[in-house]
Amino acid sequence: MELIALFISSIFVNNYILHYFLGICPFLGVSKKLDSAVSMGMAVTFVMTITAVFSWMINHWILIPFNLDYLQIVSFILVIASLVQLVEMFIRKISPPLYQALGIYLPLITTNCAIMGLALLAALNNYNFIKTVIFGVGSGLGFTLAIVLMAGIREQLDLADVPEPLKGAGIALIVAGIMALAFLGFSGMI
Amino acid sequence: MPTKSIAQEYIKGLWEENPVFRQLLGMCPTLAVTNAVINGIAMGLATSFVLIFSSLVVASIKKLIPSQVRIASYIVIIATFVTMADRFLQAFFPPISKSLGPYIPLIVVNCIILGRQEAFSSKNSVGRSLVDALGMSSGFILALLLLSSIREVLGAGTFLGHQVMGAWFEPWIIMILPAGAFITLGILLSLALLIESKTKQRRSE
Repeated sequence: MELIALFISSIFVNNYILHYFLGICPFLGVSKKLDSAVSMGMAVTFVMTITAVFSWMINHWILIPFNLDYLQIVSFILVIASLVQLVEMFIRKISPPLYQALGIYLPLITTNCAIMGLALLAALNNYNFIKTVIFGVGSGLGFTLAIVLMAGIREQLDLADVPEPLKGAGIALIVAGIMALAFLGFSGMI
Repeated sequence: MPTKSIAQEYIKGLWEENPVFRQLLGMCPTLAVTNAVINGIAMGLATSFVLIFSSLVVASIKKLIPSQVRIASYIVIIATFVTMADRFLQAFFPPISKSLGPYIPLIVVNCIILGRQEAFSSKNSVGRSLVDALGMSSGFILALLLLSSIREVLGAGTFLGHQVMGAWFEPWIIMILPAGAFITLGILLSLALLIESKTKQRRSE
């Protein structure tokens, strides 16, 4: 039951973009078209799940037993960077169509603060292994939900008559603000 | 290829190439920690510390770093300084460290810092990189200060914890919630664009 609550809350209530403000760069940059938003969301969910597994293992099997937790930041970022590289090579070999779909978004994920945030938040909250994985999957899905909704709105926005200075990032941020307001409604759920 | 004077190198970070308003970099911390002025200042100072020192180090050892592994090397240098800032805050300012939570460690993935190393420090002398880092940091602190002042005054009626609005003032709770951050930054960005296009118009006339 607790696990289901964690899963739902990481998608809706503690949404990565609208609650933690992590991953704003891809959220603003890759949300202009619906299909690229879907690919980005998929890539992030995928990497997040794997990162959750590896960062937990590194943290609990290496850093904590040897009292090295001050190396958390350095080791997490290195793990994420090399993991993204590995995943990219692996997907290219195993499934070229998937590689085509994710394309340029995979390398971009390295500098996505959402991934680093996931590793840090899971360590900060002292989640056990199962919880960390569920948190990873849920957060990835929440990210996908927000970016896909945003892309849908922005495609319609292209047809609207927006004042000149508001065009681009300005209106996108205001739309995100209104979406965050709507998502506040979910906070009563858990 | 020095084309700008030292002063210009500094000034550009404040407005012309302001990391937040003009380059749209470092949005995550900008939005996340600006619910109170004190958090904004702490975040700004911590980011500046990391930016200035990693620029210095990168600029001084740029000839030793092979270009294939430069990004990884920059990240390790940045992560070292971030760890120092994080540990320092935890030891001397535990309440601030607590309220900023994971956002101090997340400075490591702040695109402003990596962006400056890649775009500037790896190509320029130590002195110039220092001035550039100082300018960018000032621009970043300025943006955080502006955003957090608006949000704290409207959202809680206080400034740095002191009551500034009269008793009649009903705080706009929305401003300290995530939604307020997005909307305020959206409006500020548009204002910056508006001012820029107006000054350009005037110059061309």
